[in-house]
Amino acid sequence: MPSEYLPILIFLMVATAFGIGALLIGGLLRMKRPYAEKLMPYESGNLPVGEPRYRFSVKFYIVAMLFVVFDVEAIFLYPWAIVFDKIGLYAFIEMVIFIVILLVGYIYAWKKEAFVWD
Amino acid sequence: MNILGITIAPYIINIVIILLKIAVVIAIGLLHVAYATYFERKVIGHMQVRLGPREVGPHGLLQPIADGIKLFFKEDIIPANADKPLFYLAPVIFMVSALTSLSVIPFFDGFVIADINIGLLFIFAMSSLGAYGIVMAGWASNSKYSFLGGLRSASQVISYEIAMGLSLVGVMIMAGSLNLTDIVRAQQAYPTGMFAIPQFVGFFVFILAAFAETNRLPFDLPEAESELVAGYFTEYSGFRFALFFLGEYTAMLIMSSIASICFLGGWGLPTFITANLPVFLWKALGLGMFLVKVYAFMFLYYWVRATLPRYRYDQLMAIGWKLLIPLALANIVITGLIKIWIKGML
Repeated sequence: MPSEYLPILIFLMVATAFGIGALLIGGLLRMKRPYAEKLMPYESGNLPVGEPRYRFSVKFYIVAMLFVVFDVEAIFLYPWAIVFDKIGLYAFIEMVIFIVILLVGYIYAWKKEAFVWD
Repeated sequence: MNILGITIAPYIINIVIILLKIAVVIAIGLLHVAYATYFERKVIGHMQVRLGPREVGPHGLLQPIADGIKLFFKEDIIPANADKPLFYLAPVIFMVSALTSLSVIPFFDGFVIADINIGLLFIFAMSSLGAYGIVMAGWASNSKYSFLGGLRSASQVISYEIAMGLSLVGVMIMAGSLNLTDIVRAQQAYPTGMFAIPQFVGFFVFILAAFAETNRLPFDLPEAESELVAGYFTEYSGFRFALFFLGEYTAMLIMSSIASICFLGGWGLPTFITANLPVFLWKALGLGMFLVKVYAFMFLYYWVRATLPRYRYDQLMAIGWKLLIPLALANIVITGLIKIWIKGML
């Protein structure tokens, strides 16, 4: 029923209006005295060195890929858990096979040291 | 309906009621956040043999109000090389996604703003949206500390989201629903009144994942002040900083509410109470039960913060991927097995 989601939409709009509204109203009231030193990126009082958006470790990328695999798996488990009562043993065996297939990939990732951070 | 001779269409009344409910929940939510910071400072103060805030008002009770006013009027500094649209939007996205999760939480029997059948999934979706705010803030600030904090936070949040999602599958199997009201009802039918006892492994995984998801100690690496100053919101000041603060404490409130609803029985009361007391009384009692559990969980957050040191980043990732995910998967299989055994479906 879409009408059940109407309150969420209204909530979203009220919350956004609160956030943006408070920033706008505050913008009229607070002082603004910018100068070059104040607008510099904070680097513990030193002058900033080099480019801040530099190349970062590929590990973050691997974690993101693993996340996609495992999160999709979790999403598959939700409907299964809901109808577990109605299907019974058959559903259980199916899901154990699914989890075992996933475990093979998990063990592979483990052996490839995807979870080791150095 | 007819008020003062003017006919008002039913849907308008409906929307007004929804707006009133939302106003009440947001107002109480924000007040809660203000006093959660006071609660935290007092608890940690006393654990460290200090008194905590005392100067503003009796026992420092007006301290959160003073902090709020101060942050509202403080200068909003936007760094020179920041990516302006993203920098403006990030705190709003972070705060809105945390606050909107409040719309599916049942505070007592029959009071929930949106009674949708995928309540739990909606909360996961919203907590993932919050990660966008963090990444955008880290990227837009054009500062090394923010950038590293944003990256760390993103990969921490997505890693622990899997563990959190899996830890609640056991609850879903036992309750047979994703609707939070149904989950509370299912626990009332259960002998001990809460899923925390049969689902203790799931609860353990959930607690650790909740700490990591909200970037709290001992997993507060994205904002580890000794190495990253303040992480992804280093460059934020004034009310934009306050929005991040609001978002973080609202997220803690949401996690505590989930713990209360999914594992500790929520507003559920034994039937001999609900049968013998007037409706409004046991509903108020239920609200009290819910809040006591929520604040007990909030206290756990502060207790852990005052007690444990911070983990290293490699340890954090190892706990998430090598310990929590296998534990949660084993919990799912064992829960399913026991359920089949009890039901005699073998």
